[in-house]
Amino acid sequence: MSTATYAGVAVTVNDEGFFEDPSVWTPAMAEEMAKADGIDALTADHWTVLEFMRKEYFEKGTGPTVRVLGKNSGVDVKALYQLFPKGPAKMAARLAGIPKPKGCI
Amino acid sequence: MGFRDPNTEPIKKVSIIISKGSLEGIYPGLIMANGARAEGMEANLFFTFFGLDAIHRKRIEHIKVATVGNPAMHIPTLLGGLPGMSALATHMMSKKMDELDIPPIPEFIEMIGDTGAGMYACKASVDMFGMSKDDFVEQVSDIITVGDFYDMAAGGEIIFT
Repeated sequence: MSTATYAGVAVTVNDEGFFEDPSVWTPAMAEEMAKADGIDALTADHWTVLEFMRKEYFEKGTGPTVRVLGKNSGVDVKALYQLFPKGPAKMAARLAGIPKPKGCI
Repeated sequence: MGFRDPNTEPIKKVSIIISKGSLEGIYPGLIMANGARAEGMEANLFFTFFGLDAIHRKRIEHIKVATVGNPAMHIPTLLGGLPGMSALATHMMSKKMDELDIPPIPEFIEMIGDTGAGMYACKASVDMFGMSKDDFVEQVSDIITVGDFYDMAAGGEIIFT
């Protein structure tokens, strides 16, 4: 565990950079993390995915898999990989301030 | 919590060979390829021998569990050989996988193609079975030789299933 500063706020993150407490997340933090990940600006599609991630997490206790994202977020699998080249579920979960989704698919 | 030793480099690329044509022979390679892409790794799939059934336009819909010669099925070999046993075992396993959100093979192949993973058929096997590129699903980009495979796999890990 370590501390990172996003949008001027110190947050606790785990070894892989995932938020320990999703409630401290703000959209401004996502913008800043995205830049560091090589995404210049978050588009409307990025936000569709990030909002879906948070909604699923708060409803189900875990973030969605890529398959679920592709089926239910409104952004298909091909586009998901273009938006989040380092792996959609994992990268979007980190930017959305939720834990890394569990599941193999 | 990550499992990787911080002193090691993460795996960047995997080349996965699928050589078997049974349900249990195909899924592990597909799950590993899909998982590699989900982790942001480059992934290529190579289908050889009976593994070609997984990308064959007609056969992809009819992949079955092997119920004979498979001690882990925990049914006597003679029973496993009865008509319909393989279909029954496949049905039961597919139902369980659906509950776990594991897609059926045709959907899985399509999804893995969408992740940007490459899919290739082995030339020696394609020639042996008298197949051609038209026999394969659209996600298969080429029929390649073993030499091409090693060229493509360079700089990454090779996994044989």
